[in-house]
Amino acid sequence: MELVLSAGIGVLTASGVWLLFRPRTYQVIIGLSLLSYAVNLFIFGMGRLRVNAPPLLEPGGTGGLLTHTDPIPQALVLTAIVIGFAMTALFLVVLLASRGFTGTDHVDGRE
Amino acid sequence: MLLFLALAPFAGSLAAICIPTDKGTPAAWLSGGVALFCLAAAAALYPIVASGEVLRYDVNWLPELGLNFTLRMDGFAWMFASLVAAIGLLVVVYARYYMSTSDPVPRFFSLFLAFMGAMLGLVLSGNLVLLAIFWELTSIISFLLIGYWHQNAHAREGARMALTVTGTGGLCMFVGLMLIGHIVGSYDLDIVLSSGDVIRNDPLYTTVLILILLGALTKSAQFPFHFWLPHAMAAPTPVSAYLHSATLVKAGIFLLTRLWPVMAGTDAWFWIVGLAGLSTLLLGAYFAIFQQDMKGLLAYSTISHLGLITVLLSLGSPLAAVAAIFHTMNHATFKASLFMAAGIIDHETGTRDMRRLSGLFKYMPFTATLAMVASASMAGVPLLNGFLSKEMFFAEAIETHKYNILDTVTPYVATLASMFAVTYSLRFIHSVFFGPAPHDLPKMPHEPPRWMRAPIEFLVLACLVVGIVPSWTIGPFLHTAVKSVLGEATPVYSLAVWHGWNLPLLMSLIALVGGVGLFLTMKSYLATSVEGPPFFRRLEGQRIFERVLVTLSWKWARSIEMRAGTRRLQPQMRILIAVALLAGSITLLTQGFKPAAFALRSIDPAFALIWLIGMICAVGAAYQAKFHRLAALVLLGGAGLVTCITFVWLSAPDLAVTQLLVEIVTTVLILLGLRWLPKRIEDPDDPGMMTMPVRLRRLRDLVIALFSGIGMMLVSYTMMSREMPEAISSYFLERAYKEGGGTNVVNVILVDFRGFDTLGEIAVLCIVALTVFALLLRFRPATESLETPEQQRLQNAFDDEHPDRKTGDSIAEYLLVPSVIMRWMFPVIGMLAAFLFFRGHDLPGGGFAAGIAMSIGFILQYMAGGTRWVEERLRIHPLRWMAIGLVIATATGLGSWLFGYPFLTSHAQYVSLPIIGKIPLASAILFDLGVFSLVLGATVLILIALAHQSVRAPRAQAIRAARAAAKETA
Repeated sequence: MELVLSAGIGVLTASGVWLLFRPRTYQVIIGLSLLSYAVNLFIFGMGRLRVNAPPLLEPGGTGGLLTHTDPIPQALVLTAIVIGFAMTALFLVVLLASRGFTGTDHVDGRE
Repeated sequence: MLLFLALAPFAGSLAAICIPTDKGTPAAWLSGGVALFCLAAAAALYPIVASGEVLRYDVNWLPELGLNFTLRMDGFAWMFASLVAAIGLLVVVYARYYMSTSDPVPRFFSLFLAFMGAMLGLVLSGNLVLLAIFWELTSIISFLLIGYWHQNAHAREGARMALTVTGTGGLCMFVGLMLIGHIVGSYDLDIVLSSGDVIRNDPLYTTVLILILLGALTKSAQFPFHFWLPHAMAAPTPVSAYLHSATLVKAGIFLLTRLWPVMAGTDAWFWIVGLAGLSTLLLGAYFAIFQQDMKGLLAYSTISHLGLITVLLSLGSPLAAVAAIFHTMNHATFKASLFMAAGIIDHETGTRDMRRLSGLFKYMPFTATLAMVASASMAGVPLLNGFLSKEMFFAEAIETHKYNILDTVTPYVATLASMFAVTYSLRFIHSVFFGPAPHDLPKMPHEPPRWMRAPIEFLVLACLVVGIVPSWTIGPFLHTAVKSVLGEATPVYSLAVWHGWNLPLLMSLIALVGGVGLFLTMKSYLATSVEGPPFFRRLEGQRIFERVLVTLSWKWARSIEMRAGTRRLQPQMRILIAVALLAGSITLLTQGFKPAAFALRSIDPAFALIWLIGMICAVGAAYQAKFHRLAALVLLGGAGLVTCITFVWLSAPDLAVTQLLVEIVTTVLILLGLRWLPKRIEDPDDPGMMTMPVRLRRLRDLVIALFSGIGMMLVSYTMMSREMPEAISSYFLERAYKEGGGTNVVNVILVDFRGFDTLGEIAVLCIVALTVFALLLRFRPATESLETPEQQRLQNAFDDEHPDRKTGDSIAEYLLVPSVIMRWMFPVIGMLAAFLFFRGHDLPGGGFAAGIAMSIGFILQYMAGGTRWVEERLRIHPLRWMAIGLVIATATGLGSWLFGYPFLTSHAQYVSLPIIGKIPLASAILFDLGVFSLVLGATVLILIALAHQSVRAPRAQAIRAARAAAKETA
């Protein structure tokens, strides 16, 4: 499991970083999205991988790391997903505005 | 009482800024009232202060860092506070008549009061850090006050110069004060003042001294930092009278006097302070003679007098300190009145140039008389207060304090400077009030309004009374102030006017006679000469300052930018990532990082297959992003789905739900954006594309990307295959139900334990949505994207060909069946959102997921029916929803204050509802409702703002076409 997920994180990172260096704004936005998947999965993985142990308690009960997975990385990633969406939206609008003003979709605003 | 005294001006400032800009008089009354209140408060506190007690007011602020909001009033602080309040009151009265109604007068008074508050705070601070804060406040507000007439370039430059000089000094001083705190171990002023020996014997003493002196000397315009003060004269005259005679420039003196007991007495102090003071005293007086601008003359004279006080403080003897404190007050009285008189003359004649002014005595005899008395005090004529402190200064100058050259020359320099003072005082009076009647003045001069003169009358009266019967009037107050600074070391001093025939009196006489003689010889030269003293005219502090600034902020900055910077994004990204990669690798390699051995046995083939697809999607998206945007978007979605499945697989249902929903919204969003991007068509035959440099560049990027990927893989694998250390997670798992009242631990963390973080996060979301909205309001698409899309054109062409169809019918019928289903989906999705929301505290779901789900419901309606169709039928107010969400979330947090708990404390309770059953009703659910509303609003706002662009562009086109048609018919 760990090996597959970390290989996946690696590929997502590499694809994302490659796209970050490209000259077209659309490439960069796709790259940032890929990179944010990678980072989210990385943070999530820091809680270790567990199958069938969601952090849901019995009513009235308590839990521990033996029976449940770590909730903290999940809480962090949950907010990261929403913020990632906001960032994508903002970047998209900025790139559209930049394209409107400069007439090009190059990241520097000129070819 | 102390607190009111310090805060009243700030409250008044806030009130004054609310007054409409054209209502000057109420603002003046308000300011006068506040100043009067401060004065009365100070007066009421006097009996306590006079008994030798130190008033304190403490509020813990950051006690861990030794930073408390401590106000402290002893005799010296009292003296300064009353000076600030009293002169403030007089200047307010004066400004009421001085300020023109065409200026935004309430803003002036608001800034004025804020400055008064900062100054009072400065003198009343009982904590070094607090003192530094108020110090900076005075710098900033004085910048705003000097630049009050911001339409005037001189005012802007003067303000900027003052801020740069005093701000730099203030920064140095702050470091110095921190060092004192470090040496003493406390920032409390009382403790600092009682540990003089520790400070003076510390190895850091010289550093501290230089840093603090940089602050004090820049603020008090001491040589070589004096040049900002004459340029600050571009301020309105009430500002000059207040800031540049009585308060702001005295702040440096205040600090020197305040720290005098702990810092003075050493050789370093004597040399640095003495040299600065003595050169300022002499040069200021010399420069003052040659000024043609009345306010310029007064500014240089102020510099010179501040130098005098600095010299007194440098001597390190208690008697000199008494003289310094005394002269501080005397100078404030006569210089403020002179500034006000100069302002009246400027106001009534329209010029401040002494070459044009003359013979005004006939036109304004009262003002002239007052100005003459004040000038005489400035020159040190007997029976006026300036004379008394000047005598004390002479007496101290003669005394031998240290056996060195500086001490020896002091009396000579002092006499020479006083001689110059007599000369410029005479010059001021003579050239303005005597001589032939003025001609071609901008205005016909006459006496000012009665009350504009009143403050000057009062101050001049004070000069006279203090000058004639000092021990009955100022005596006790001065004694209180002196005692609080010097304590046990308070010397015996006498305030008498007549000390008999002695050396100081002789020096005064020489200065008087010499000054008159000097004036008579120079009179004709001065009447016509250009501005500025001979020899020094070319060596202008201002020019040097400007040149340094230009070199620093323009030339050097530019050359560094040229050499080391780039405006292109790609190299910046490359450097950023490469540096991050290097920093990470070096740390890992040098700290002995060993990647864990790969273990292939525990791999689930299905999971591996899913990730194989995920990796193909990622690589494919990277490959297709340039020429096939839609394909890249689909592949990106594929990678997102694999991520989502991973979350499901690995026990993170909340993440999976949110990821899935966000994935949908992101895809819709980017689809909406695709329309506005330029077409990019792949041309495989272009041989010019793949040149050698391009290949090399790509290879380099590929190498960096591969290294990043491999690095991330190794690090994450190694981390994940290690044993989990005991951290704070168990804490949340144990208490989620007991204290948060929910079984979904992730949700409890978000809305309860770490609710404050979530509040911050939704605020960020709110800001992003507003920014998107604002950016799109002014969005101008590229012209080539403006035309109708190809599909729509085909559909319209089809309609046009068939006579039984109207144009637009096909578009309306497009996806008819799906759109009906989508319309029906609206309540279903609403239900789903409600479901996700209510179960959130106990089961996967919650405000985030519900909000995004609901926004998908809305966006489906847009897709099914089109923008206009939806907005005719649904009330969509995303801005309002966001505002409501933010208010609910914050109010829930504040609500816990009502019950005496900290911000965002949650209360949990289960409530049984008919049919639905038992639902958790923690107060956190209200908070989650806020999150829901805000996420919904933000998402809908972003999406429809972008969707509206397609409607707006044709509308704008239609308007343009209609206009063109109208023009043709006309």
